[in-house]
Amino acid sequence: MAVDLDLIRQMGQHMATTVPQAAALGFRFVSVERARGVLEVPWREDLVGDPDTEVIAGGVVTSLLDHVCGLAVSAAADTVPFGTATLDLRIDYMRPAAPRAGVTAEAHCYKVTRSIAFVRAEAWDADKADLIATAQGAFVVNRG
Amino acid sequence: MSAPDAARQLEAFLQRVPYVRFLGMRAELSGEAMTAILPFAPHLVGNTMIPALHGGVIGAFLEATALAQLSVTQGSARVHKTIDITIEYLRPGRAQTTYARAELRKVGRRVANVHVEAWQEARETPVAFLRGHFLLSSD
Repeated sequence: MAVDLDLIRQMGQHMATTVPQAAALGFRFVSVERARGVLEVPWREDLVGDPDTEVIAGGVVTSLLDHVCGLAVSAAADTVPFGTATLDLRIDYMRPAAPRAGVTAEAHCYKVTRSIAFVRAEAWDADKADLIATAQGAFVVNRG
Repeated sequence: MSAPDAARQLEAFLQRVPYVRFLGMRAELSGEAMTAILPFAPHLVGNTMIPALHGGVIGAFLEATALAQLSVTQGSARVHKTIDITIEYLRPGRAQTTYARAELRKVGRRVANVHVEAWQEARETPVAFLRGHFLLSSD
């Protein structure tokens, strides 16, 4: 039996708003379904990575991708949502986000073994068909 | 590059990039060798139970360390662009100061390969590694 989606939704909202780093970056919960999650981060002046272009920092995208991957892993649980720890994360930056644009990221946890979850994620600013970054990660799962 | 130039490039990078100030990152120079310093702050926490630094914060700090070292060594006022990074996490980042050193493994005409390591109490027990490629901006 799959874990209750309402429970995952609550947890997703909780993860996006009460984790201190997520709250500090202004993450917003968008949606969750089985083994998938979507989060977004609105643009903010203090999150800029290149003052010449006012583009949001790569580090913010890294945090968003790590966080949304953790959400997707939790949403892949069979009963109780997993606790997770990142083992590795690879991020490819296809292009910078548009100046003063926020970023949305979607992750899919496509395989969970007893100990490890494998996740892919994508990030875009305006159009999901025109990605700014992709990520691939492995996470240790702690079964509650 | 002379030592004062290196110091000026580093200071420019740390002061000009808003997100670096958001993290609260600092750095010390010895010649062109830079040690980046991330003092603990409550807004960097990703797991309040342990408590531990957010994995994204560690990755971002390592990436910023690579970019800062490139700005010191390459002497460009522009921020170089990240092509790809791989972050490996060895231990949780505890609620204390984190340090990082970047090693420029290859600096080509357009692309640099950079390895970065982060530690807390002792360099022998690293918290995380980053390997990345960066597209070099020229002035």
